[in-house]
Amino acid sequence: MRGSEFKVQSSKSAVAPATSQRDGVQGEARRTPAFVRYATIYAALWKNSVAREMGFKVNFLLWIVVELLWFALQLTFMAVVYQHTDHIGDWTKWEVVLLVGASHFIQQVFQAFFLTNVTQLSELVRTGRLDFMLLLPVNTRFIVSARQVDLGGFVNAGSAAVVMVYALVRLGIVPGAAQIAGFLSLVVAGVLIHYSLMFLLASVSFWTVRAQGIVWGYYSLFNVARLPDEAVGGFFKVFFTFAVPMLLVANVPARLLADKLNSPFQMLLVVVMCLACQAAAELGWRFALRHYTSASS
Amino acid sequence: MKKYWQVINIGIQNTLVYRVNFLFRVLFGFIPLVALLSMWRVIYQGRETSVAGYTLAQMVSYYLIMTVVDALTAVNEDDWQIAADIKDGQISQFLLKPIDYLAYRFCLFTAGRLIYAAVATLPVAGLILYYREAFVLPPDLATFGWFALSVVMTALLQFFISYTMALLAFWVLEVSTFIFIVFAFEYIAGGHLFPVDILPPAVLDVLYLTPFPYQLFFPVQIYLGRATGAELYQGMAVQAAWVIVAFLLARFVWSRGIRRYSAVGG
Repeated sequence: MRGSEFKVQSSKSAVAPATSQRDGVQGEARRTPAFVRYATIYAALWKNSVAREMGFKVNFLLWIVVELLWFALQLTFMAVVYQHTDHIGDWTKWEVVLLVGASHFIQQVFQAFFLTNVTQLSELVRTGRLDFMLLLPVNTRFIVSARQVDLGGFVNAGSAAVVMVYALVRLGIVPGAAQIAGFLSLVVAGVLIHYSLMFLLASVSFWTVRAQGIVWGYYSLFNVARLPDEAVGGFFKVFFTFAVPMLLVANVPARLLADKLNSPFQMLLVVVMCLACQAAAELGWRFALRHYTSASS
Repeated sequence: MKKYWQVINIGIQNTLVYRVNFLFRVLFGFIPLVALLSMWRVIYQGRETSVAGYTLAQMVSYYLIMTVVDALTAVNEDDWQIAADIKDGQISQFLLKPIDYLAYRFCLFTAGRLIYAAVATLPVAGLILYYREAFVLPPDLATFGWFALSVVMTALLQFFISYTMALLAFWVLEVSTFIFIVFAFEYIAGGHLFPVDILPPAVLDVLYLTPFPYQLFFPVQIYLGRATGAELYQGMAVQAAWVIVAFLLARFVWSRGIRRYSAVGG
């Protein structure tokens, strides 16, 4: 088991030699650039996800209702808080609405691409179904992380965008093209931060077998991400900025849109933290995979 | 009665099988709480007045006591398990045994809460210690007695409502959306995010017509000495009434559901 999984791992972009030998397409597959091959696979996974979602249309719509309700709930909370104060640190009411919107936007895009897959990793380990993933002639981390797409997430990200636009109108701010481009790049960085940290936590399931508590525990950190960074201080702030950058993920893009960045250095910090998280997740994954002992056989 | 003790025992052991998982869940749950408390501190900074009658100390105590009550009473995975039992046809075996499914489930719920409370004791104690200046004790022993009684009723109410929601699995394939929708209302109207009496009075009046404040908020009010005299007795009576209603509803939905049950896969 160990040997073969290592092979699959190390043959990151090329084809796996063992499986394609018996059919004649080996040579052909070798010539296809890795990027094209992965794009084709990903497209097929998308098609599959769409078909899956459309099989349960009512359920699909109900999940959107659930997410909308929880989003409304977060906004209500801030509305109630701002009935009793007019600023938290230097954050005014509509700036915080923008922040909650940005946080929800990032969370929903993350959910669309990754959440289902990452939460299922521990089940794959527990049931031993990871064996089948390891045997596929693609990068295992790719197939584990990208198997399913949750289309509802995109709809919910849309609702978050509407709220952000409304908050900007109330603030009287019209962001420029550079600001929007910067915002979108920060969103990508934020989504990748959420993904890599959650993936890292899910890798713990290689030892504890059941890691859903850990993974859903991370989910509760989203509650921290939508709070204004000035609401917390001391060790908590340092930890959730430089170790687990929860306070950067939504705060920095919201600050950028609201013209209240403390310094451009903040944006750089997001990028640096994003890269650090990627590296940590990849190292953690490789280390964890070496400890995999198939459960079923 | 003895068999139900066995069930509690099994429930405890089941929870302890995946202890790391469990511990993480408990610990992570406290992080947003710390952030919220910190946010309230910032809001109170440089203001003379209280927020809707809460001083900073009372506000901090509210969240701490709310967390304790929640640890003791919140339904964790019971509803998912019940729904799964129905969906997979596992429930057939309980129909054949001289065991009452509601009582069986309640024992598992109790076991889960006991373990959760035991594990949560340490972090909660740490938090209380950290905020010791702000933490208040109940005004007197009688208040604490009423508080304890109300917590028990809160647990019953939480359990019966979740149980009833999970029984929807007799009718629909996927109950999690319904559970999450109800949970959203419990979350905000029950006082998870903020003490509900900082809401405008008109909204509060409407909320008190629902069971939600009695699912968490009410016992905390008793503890803080904010519900006394006639208000206390009336509240206790209403809470008891909701418990009975929820229990009868659970029994009723079960008896209807079991008629539709087709033992898939059983």
